[in-house]
Amino acid sequence: MLAARAAAGPLDGPLPGDPLNSPNLPVVLQLVLPEGARVRFDDRVKVSFPAIAENQRQFPVQVDARAVPGVRRIIIFADLNPIQKAVEFTPHAAEAFIAIRIKLDQRTPVRAAVEVADGSWLLAGGWIDAAGGGCSAPPVSRVKGDWSQALMQVRGRLWPSGDGGPARLALALRHPMDTGFVDNIPSYWLETLAVTAGGRRLAELALNASVAEDPSIMLMPHLREGESVAVAARDSGGLDVAVRVAGQSPIPPSREAP
Amino acid sequence: MIARRQLLGALAGAPLLAAAPAYRLQAEPVAAGLWVVRGADAPIAMANGGAIANISIIATDAGPVLIDAGASFAHGQALAALARRLTGKPVARVYLTHLHPDHSFGIGAFAPGIVAATPPVAAQVAGDAAGFSTGLYRLLGDWMRGTELPAPALVAGDGPVVIGGRRLRLLALSGHSPADLAVLDEASGTLITGDLVFHNRAPATPHADLPAWRRALDLLAGLGHQRLVPGHGPVDATPGTAIAQTRAWLDWLEPALKAAMEAGLTMVEAGDMPIPQRFAGLAVARLELQRSVSHYWPALEAARLPRVSD
Ligand SMILES: [Zn+2]
Repeated sequence: MLAARAAAGPLDGPLPGDPLNSPNLPVVLQLVLPEGARVRFDDRVKVSFPAIAENQRQFPVQVDARAVPGVRRIIIFADLNPIQKAVEFTPHAAEAFIAIRIKLDQRTPVRAAVEVADGSWLLAGGWIDAAGGGCSAPPVSRVKGDWSQALMQVRGRLWPSGDGGPARLALALRHPMDTGFVDNIPSYWLETLAVTAGGRRLAELALNASVAEDPSIMLMPHLREGESVAVAARDSGGLDVAVRVAGQSPIPPSREAP
Repeated sequence: MIARRQLLGALAGAPLLAAAPAYRLQAEPVAAGLWVVRGADAPIAMANGGAIANISIIATDAGPVLIDAGASFAHGQALAALARRLTGKPVARVYLTHLHPDHSFGIGAFAPGIVAATPPVAAQVAGDAAGFSTGLYRLLGDWMRGTELPAPALVAGDGPVVIGGRRLRLLALSGHSPADLAVLDEASGTLITGDLVFHNRAPATPHADLPAWRRALDLLAGLGHQRLVPGHGPVDATPGTAIAQTRAWLDWLEPALKAAMEAGLTMVEAGDMPIPQRFAGLAVARLELQRSVSHYWPALEAARLPRVSD
């Protein structure tokens, strides 16, 4: 186990044992994790993404830490993005699983840090090539000019489990997620999102502007039979939205492609 | 983002001592007076300088006709030199099949007066082709030195043209991109399709309109040609094999993505879904599936996730 701060020492070398050999990691960990966080690399944390960044403004990342017992929090970050941390996810009553789209600014490690019961953090991830400047190009809807009408519009779908396992909850919100790095557009982003059912906290997310425009999120909450979920979100301008997502058809037993 | 102009300026004007890497091209005979310069069956990468698309060379009495211009200025120059070696004449005409960089970014190597494109492609060149290109410069570096996109001066319309006594039938279509040109060499019965047809390689969909693409394939299947030069992959010695392959992939892809969305899969899971065994012969199938997920998923979400806010 390494202490991020101590291991950082000279701030110009990779953390010992970093499979991605990224010289920035010690500094990045100071930015994205609590001070003095103890970290180690653990391949039970599965960080998955496509082989190439076809659209570096909308890069899908999936973290599956279900093989790790007692997960408290999951943080997704990219070492070389100007805003390294994309999202911090607290699965109160949900699987240690999250899928989301982020922006990429350049070739960078994309990682997850997973906090476990003893307060230490497990790290995993991989390198991805980004072809262009995802964090410094204007988001598409600004070009379309339609974002203000659709701001905070929410789409959602809940797939109840067919067999008592976790459900799946897909959420798609309209938000420009402005980083503040483009032209004179100030930063403006979706900041928090909370999922509850019957008054129980299921999941909480704290997002940053390095999450892709129009955030798209998949979670696996633990629900009772027939339950719907309440979703409340707030952006950095204090704008709120609250919606309810009811279950539709259960998850099909086979996920094979036709 | 660095403006393309600045990037081009930096690449073209920098006092670079090392020579640009060289394209080593070989022409493969396809029919009498018709050759294909086969692209690498790989993604655009430093190792191939972007030379991944098939470029056709057709001999005429007026000089060779090129179908597509290559991926960079240097690639276009190398293609021009090869066409001259093969035919003993300078290039008489260049037709662009569509504006994807691997097919068209070499046009700067040719006088605009001999370059022909359909009006939508010409408009794209004049407009925001730059939007495409920053990534290419990052990927290819020195290979791109001197690459500019001068506007084509000639209009490629739908219908027959005769160049140096050789009759070509131009087919202005769309589907793989907003404007795709196919060329039928009537003398040899060879159909040159650009990226409307892929052969032994999974089709790429970054700007595709799938219903339009299917209509274009229907039309191409009925032309009575003998063989086909696809945009990527080997020459099809039959009229229909590559067309049917392309069609089968597109017919599978669209419902497979919808089914993945319906089943509650994530984008990453959709990109990792099983690819049917019948596509085992297609190169880069997994890569193209993942690219297609990226192209279509946000629109599928907008169409298939119910709106839950007011
Ligand atoms: Zn193409």
